[in-house]
Amino acid sequence: MSDYNFAYLDEQTKRMIRRAILKGVAVPGYQVPFASREMPMPYGWGTGGVQVTAACLMPSDRLKVIDQGADDTTNAVSIRRFFQRTADVAVTSHTHEATLIQTRHRIPEAPLREGQILVYQVPIPEPLRFLEPRETETRRMHALEDYGLMHVKLYEDIARNGTIATSYAYPVMVAGRYVMDPSPIPKFDNPKLSGSPALQLFGAGREQRIYAVPPYTGVVSLDFEDHPFEASKAPHACDLCGDDGSYLDEVITDDRGGRMFVCSDTDHCDCRQKAGHRGRLAMPETVQ
Amino acid sequence: MTETTFDGGFTNAPIEAATAFRAALDALSRPGTISTLTGATPPAPLSQAAGVLALTLFDATTPVHLAGAHDTPALRDWLVFHTGAPLVSAENASFAIGTWDALHPVTRFSPGTPDYPDRAATLIIEMPALTPQGARLRGPGIKDTARLSLPDTATFQTNHARFPLGFDTFLTSGNKLAGLPRSTQVEAG
Repeated sequence: MSDYNFAYLDEQTKRMIRRAILKGVAVPGYQVPFASREMPMPYGWGTGGVQVTAACLMPSDRLKVIDQGADDTTNAVSIRRFFQRTADVAVTSHTHEATLIQTRHRIPEAPLREGQILVYQVPIPEPLRFLEPRETETRRMHALEDYGLMHVKLYEDIARNGTIATSYAYPVMVAGRYVMDPSPIPKFDNPKLSGSPALQLFGAGREQRIYAVPPYTGVVSLDFEDHPFEASKAPHACDLCGDDGSYLDEVITDDRGGRMFVCSDTDHCDCRQKAGHRGRLAMPETVQ
Repeated sequence: MTETTFDGGFTNAPIEAATAFRAALDALSRPGTISTLTGATPPAPLSQAAGVLALTLFDATTPVHLAGAHDTPALRDWLVFHTGAPLVSAENASFAIGTWDALHPVTRFSPGTPDYPDRAATLIIEMPALTPQGARLRGPGIKDTARLSLPDTATFQTNHARFPLGFDTFLTSGNKLAGLPRSTQVEAG
């Protein structure tokens, strides 16, 4: 244990964040302003997610942290160690064992369950921001449920590219009321936002916003009748575990055009390999 | 001030507040769920659950309204000593504590503004009992339907009709806590 208060933040700050989380839960998809603190990591490294996690953690929690699906990249490792040091919580890389999962830009492949909390790191929480830079205006647009501009943007995508070209941070409507940025998750993950048994919380540190999708809440990806939403992924199977249904990362393996596709969710891939599944480039089973 | 003013707070605030918050979060994000809150012993007539919730969420930035029989000198002193919350009239309150009858008319409480619906009040309703029976609930956080012993249905229907405006509710009885956000649709059981 360290000399820091439990989970780093002081109690006054945690109370303020907790009240914002509760209001976020009460108005699904609405971005609640909160007094985001300086954290001992730079903006863009998940300061919003870290503050939400700090306000939610209990000593009995088991924490999982992923960065683009991986448990072992710098961002995931440093945030996991941060909470091991400041909150002394147990950690895991297995999705089904975790009670609280902080994620950067992915939803785990394994289905979530009731009682779990998924905390997203959000860079730009306002889905209308690139269409309308003024906060006063976007706030009014949300109040009036005036989302025509977002549909025009998607329409222009179709007019220019033939399809809706947005492939990540794909806008959704939550519980039939608020249009929400689901953070830069690939649109492949969008269907998993809807009706999830887990509570989903979103924290944007630099932009000072918290929002939430309660369990079993309807989340609809915006689309048109003649151009329905499609959750897309690379048309390959994982080269390590052979799964053709998981979201894939493309890895360049040499300077002569060599490449491989691997699951972005490292826990999912490991579990499948341990269960004996083998992909195109997997090591053959070694004799122990 | 009596000795009880200084007693009955958290003994290990960071841990007890964290545990209590998760119980409150669970109650509000899954309406119909009844959680247990322990760790504080507030003076009567405040229930244990409402006392723990107060220690977890109140501070000098949250104006609190004590309604009816809850507006006692002992309770005022206890809340001010332990949380520092300013005690105010119903119209200015972020949080209000009282029995359902004492909180009426609930139109006094802030429903937030269209631009800032988060500025709505949270009501903490002290109940004689809390059971997963009675009014039928649907909406975010509820798989199909849930049931909860609400003191009234028409008022909560009116409140939901104003969504995204409206107050949010915690119901407390003894050490039990349930949540009813404004997003929940209520039908008479």
